[in-house]
Amino acid sequence: MKIYRIHALICAGAQCLAAGGNGFEDALKNELKKHNIEEEVRVVETGCMGACQLGPLLVVYPEGIMYTNVEAKDAKEIVEEHFLKGRPVKRLMWKKEGKEEFPGLKDIPFFAKQTKVVLRNCGLINPEDINEYIARDGYKALAKAIVEMEPKDVIDVVKESGLRGRGGAGFPTGLKWGFAANQDSEEKYMICNADEGDPGAYMDRSVLEGDPHSVIEGMMIAGYAIGANRGYIYVRAEYPLAVRRLETAIKQAKQTGLLGKNILGTNFSFDIELRMGAGAFVCGEETALISSIEGKRGEPRKKPPFPAISGLFGKPTIINNVETLANLPVIVDKGAKFFKQFGTEKSPGTKVFALAGKVNISGLVEVPMGTSLRKIVFDIGGGIPEGHTFKGALTGGPSGGVIPMEFIDTPMDYESLPALGTIMGSGGLIIMDETSCMVDVAKFFLKFTVDESCGKCVPCREGTRQMLKILERITSGRGREEDIYRLEKIGELIKLTALCGLGQTAPNPVLSTIRYFKEEYLAHIVDKKCPAKVCEFSALKGGRNKYEAKVTH
Amino acid sequence: MEKSRYPQVEMEIRKWGSKPSSLIQVLHGAQERIGYLSQNVLEYVAKRLNVSLSKVYGVVTFYNFFKTQKDADHIIMTCMGTACYVKNGEEVITAIEKHLGIKMGEKTSDGKFSLQIVRCLGACGLAPVISIDGDDVYGRLTPEKAVEAIKRYQ
Repeated sequence: MKIYRIHALICAGAQCLAAGGNGFEDALKNELKKHNIEEEVRVVETGCMGACQLGPLLVVYPEGIMYTNVEAKDAKEIVEEHFLKGRPVKRLMWKKEGKEEFPGLKDIPFFAKQTKVVLRNCGLINPEDINEYIARDGYKALAKAIVEMEPKDVIDVVKESGLRGRGGAGFPTGLKWGFAANQDSEEKYMICNADEGDPGAYMDRSVLEGDPHSVIEGMMIAGYAIGANRGYIYVRAEYPLAVRRLETAIKQAKQTGLLGKNILGTNFSFDIELRMGAGAFVCGEETALISSIEGKRGEPRKKPPFPAISGLFGKPTIINNVETLANLPVIVDKGAKFFKQFGTEKSPGTKVFALAGKVNISGLVEVPMGTSLRKIVFDIGGGIPEGHTFKGALTGGPSGGVIPMEFIDTPMDYESLPALGTIMGSGGLIIMDETSCMVDVAKFFLKFTVDESCGKCVPCREGTRQMLKILERITSGRGREEDIYRLEKIGELIKLTALCGLGQTAPNPVLSTIRYFKEEYLAHIVDKKCPAKVCEFSALKGGRNKYEAKVTH
Repeated sequence: MEKSRYPQVEMEIRKWGSKPSSLIQVLHGAQERIGYLSQNVLEYVAKRLNVSLSKVYGVVTFYNFFKTQKDADHIIMTCMGTACYVKNGEEVITAIEKHLGIKMGEKTSDGKFSLQIVRCLGACGLAPVISIDGDDVYGRLTPEKAVEAIKRYQ
C-alpha cells in the first residue's frame, strides 16, 4: 500500500460543491502537479463534513487542520506554505470568534462537542469507493448477521438496543420488524425512505451523499431479519447527487459480491433498486410512499392493515428511514450495550440535526439523544448572530412546533418534545431571532401543508385551508377576537380526524405558536400591530371584504 | 409502427418493464429525454404500460416534477424552505421577480426563464438559496447577488 505524507480531504457535500468546491479542487491538484508532490499528497473527496455554512471546507491530515471558505486562489498558498514548508495558512483556518485560530479539528467546539455514530464516516471517506467503507469496518456487521446470527437474533439485538425510527414518529424499530418477520409470505419487501421532504432538513441527504454504503448495509441487515430479498430506496428527485452516489454504491456492492445471490456464500440473497420520487411531500408518509413505488398517485391508505402486514404490492413491507438504517451496522457490530451508552433510557443513541436559520454556524450536528437545545444552539452552533436574541427553535418542520426561550434547557428526546407540544421530527432545527413573526411562521407552514395536502380526506384538504384563511386575515390586520379560539377548534378537529400523519400533524405549528406566543397573536388582532414588523397591514380597510366572507363559521 | 414514433420513450419502457408499476419511472425517463410530457407521449405510455390515460394523467398532475408543456430555456428554482424563509428568502424572490418582470410560476415572454418555488433544496446552511437549471446552486444570497447570478444566463 502506498503511504502518503499528507491527506487533503475536500468536502464534496452538495452544499460545499454549491459554494464553489469544484474550482478549489482543480486548483489544488494543479498546484500539486506544478510542485511535483502529487505522490506525497493524497486528495480525497469526502461527503458532508457538517459545517456547511463555512464551506467549501478542506481538512489536512496528519494535523487535522480545518480550512474554511477556501477558494481556487487559495490553493497556491496552501500548497506552498503548508504542504511544502509545514506552515499552516492561518488566515484560512477556523477561528474562535474571528480571532484566534484553532490548532486542530478536535479543538473546535462545533466538532468536539458532537458524538458521531450515524455520521461516523461522513467527511472522512470517499463515498464513491467501497474499499474505503470496508476499511472502516464496513459490511462487517452484515457478515456477522448473515453468517453467525439467525434472523431472530438480529431482531432481538435491535429490540434490545431500543433503536427508535428516526423518521419522526419514534416507533421502536425492532418491534416493527417483528410484525413483518412473523408474516408467512414468499415475498417481503424492505424499503428505505429517503424522501426527505421536511423543508429545512438535510440529514438524510448528507448520509446518502457522504456514506451511502451504511444505508445499503443497514437495508441488507433489515432484509435478512424480516426475510426480504428485495429492497427499494425511494429517494427525492431533488437530490441528484444523492441519486448518483447511491447508483455508484449499489453498482460497486454488486461487483464486490455484497449484493446479489448467495451473499458471502450463505443462502441469503438481496437486491436493491432505486426509485425516484417526483416532488410530493406526502410521499414521505409510508402508505403514500408505497402507492408511489407502485406507480400510482402518492395518496395515503387507511391503516390498519399496516405495511408490515400488507404493504408494497400487498406483501409484508418494512419501511425505515435513512438515519435509522445507518445506525444498524453499528448496533449489530458493536452490540446493543454499546449503542445504549449514548442517549437517554427511553431514547437511546444519537440524533442528527440540521441546524439552520439565525445561528452562527449552521450545519449538520450529531449529538446524544437528550442533549439540551441550549447546548446545540449555543455551545455547538456558536449562538445567535451578534445583536440579536434567541426567540424560538422550530423542530419537526410542518408537523412540529416551536420551543421558546423558557424551555431552552429541555432535553431533545422522544418524550420531552411532545410534552412541549412539538415533535422530534426527522431532525430539522431552525433557529429564529426576534425578527421572526410567530403568526407569519404559522402561516408559512400552513401554506406548505395546504399546497402539499393530497386532497384525499376532507379534514386535511378543507380544514387546513380554513385555518390558512384565518391566519391570512390576522396577518393583514383583519383578525377578529374569536379567531384564536376558532383556530384551536379547527386544529384539534383535524388532528383527530385526518387520514394520515401529514394531516394529523398539520395544525401543530399553529397550535404551538398560539400556546407560547398568544400575546403576539393578540397584538395582530387587537392592536393591529406586528411586533416583529414582518406583517404588512397596508391592505387594511374598514368593513368585511369579499375574501373574508368566504371563511366558514 | 407505433413504436417507432417514440423510440426514446420505448427505451425507458424497456429499461423499467412494460407494467403499470413502472409508470413513474418511465415518465421520469421520458421527461428527461424529451423535456416535457406531451399528450401524445402520455397516450403512448398509457397504451404500452396498460394503464388508462386518465390514470396516467392523474399521476402526472399529482407530482410537481412532471411537466406537460415545454419549459423555458433556464428554470430558476427559488427555495422557500424554512431556513430560507427565516433568512429573508422573500426579499430575494421579490428582487428576481422585479428583474425578470414576471411573477412566481410564470415564464418570460421570450421563453428564456421560468420562475418556480421549490420547497427545500437541502442546502439550508447556505440559505437563502436558488438553483438554476437544476445543477447550479447559488447560496448565501442577497437580492443583488441573486440578480447577478441570473444575469450570467441572459
